Amino acid sequence: MAIPDKRTTEAEVVAELRDGMTIGLGGWGSRRKPMSLVREILRSDLRDLTIVAYGGPDVGLLCRAGKVRRVISGFVSLDSIPLEPHYRAARQNATIEATELDEGMLLLGLQAAAWRVPFLPTRAGMGSDLLALQPEFRMVRSPYPSHGAAADAEPEELVAVPAIHLDVALIHMNRADRGGNGQFLNQDLFMDDLMAMAAERTFMSCERIIPTEEFPTHGPFHTQRISRLMTAGVIERPGAAHFTECPPDYVRDEAFQKEYAATAKSDEAWDAFRAKYLDVSEDDYQRLVGVAR
Amino acid sequence: MTETDHNDGAITRAEVCCIAVAEAFRGDGERLCNPIGIIPMIGGRLARESFEPDLVMTDGFGGFAANPLPPGADPAGAVLEAWNPYPQMFSVLWNGRRHVMMGATQVDRFGNQNIACIGDWHQPRSQLLGFRGAPGNTINHTTSYWVPNHNPKVLVEAVDVVCGVGYDRAAALGATASRFHEIRRVVTNLAVLDFETPDNRMRIRSVHPGVTIDEVVAATGFDLVVPDDVAESRVPTGEELRLIREVIDPRGLRYAEVPKA
Repeated sequence: MAIPDKRTTEAEVVAELRDGMTIGLGGWGSRRKPMSLVREILRSDLRDLTIVAYGGPDVGLLCRAGKVRRVISGFVSLDSIPLEPHYRAARQNATIEATELDEGMLLLGLQAAAWRVPFLPTRAGMGSDLLALQPEFRMVRSPYPSHGAAADAEPEELVAVPAIHLDVALIHMNRADRGGNGQFLNQDLFMDDLMAMAAERTFMSCERIIPTEEFPTHGPFHTQRISRLMTAGVIERPGAAHFTECPPDYVRDEAFQKEYAATAKSDEAWDAFRAKYLDVSEDDYQRLVGVAR
Repeated sequence: MTETDHNDGAITRAEVCCIAVAEAFRGDGERLCNPIGIIPMIGGRLARESFEPDLVMTDGFGGFAANPLPPGADPAGAVLEAWNPYPQMFSVLWNGRRHVMMGATQVDRFGNQNIACIGDWHQPRSQLLGFRGAPGNTINHTTSYWVPNHNPKVLVEAVDVVCGVGYDRAAALGATASRFHEIRRVVTNLAVLDFETPDNRMRIRSVHPGVTIDEVVAATGFDLVVPDDVAESRVPTGEELRLIREVIDPRGLRYAEVPKA
């Protein structure tokens, strides 16, 4: 059976990244985030990144650590803690540039990039302040009449959501093979496939690398949604998504998330958290938090 | 507090709010009823268990649940009738077969809603949720709002950032662009408000039992339209009360949003 071997490590992947890159992070809020790769970025001297995400603690950590110039998001939330405290601080102190999209607009921007078209049209955003406050979004007039509109109505104007091209996408799957095929075993793929196709290169961490022929023993065929066509490298790292949830492998570590959220209270709290959990190797981190099996 | 404490005695304000929410979904038929919040979820479930049986509702995660899963219940108890992960949810909402009830940090007389931030968006005094789905929801399908703490800081003269589009903004877009726009109701802990006026200004539809019109007016930061005859919000029937107390919210989570007097 011919299948490439794309196995790599967080360190090798982050060595490929450059200052100023646009990086998409998969998952949604505090769910199935590629956190071991985020932690490796935190250990690096990378800076001025543009981060694209349905954001959670990935975005908050990178903002707090000064890695980010710009965040393009559908939201940034910890789910069980609705407001991400470090993203909040970054916004309120204006230490980052923010592009805040309607959640559906972000989907369309990624889909446009994935399909290599310059934009996709939508009604979302029209009439709201989203467009007035962020003048980079343009309108487009339909060349066709609109279904259901009055017969004499002018063809309608829609928001042209620009393609959001990524230099690199980082995603996390439950299972993968060494060729970079990935399988999600929770309820929702989120936009991970779109991120993967919107990117020049996609690196995927996973809970476990398995032989290709074993995918069906873990989940039905339609859970094999990430094809190796989309991925440049695969990392086996049990617990990689900690402290975000990664069912059915593990739930969110709510106690740890609370500890993380509390680090927004003071520089001392952040410094202590950073020293304990972030200035250590991923192996040591996993031993500390007790997720690694 | 035991379950019995929550579920005996006189009808409470929280239970009136549940009915007011349920009534917002009356007539929706086979649509995704998508209330966000505890009392909205109870009210939606109640509508489906009583007068609006064809409504479709989520399990709070990636599926549609056919059974009246209580708020806060283990989603493993859901009877899943369809898979609806996030990418599919956007298809449903752009398709239009959805009525969402969202929260509002601020809402104005035309139903413009803000959940993004307080202050100047470029450097907010208080960063909140961002736009989330509000722009797309309001321009694509029916939207209602739930305000558990009706006061002049929520019902404001002008919102800091328009996330959900109100009637004045929709009208300015023209008939074609706004043809799917409808803000149905604003349900609060004091009253039910709607926009059934000639210029779609917010009016008092009903006041909850024990609340006066003057109290509602005083708790609102703009001039509400007050009809000559303002009805009292209806109270639950015996069967509705049984559904709320025994089936949909036996744990009394509704009192976390609207406490007992």
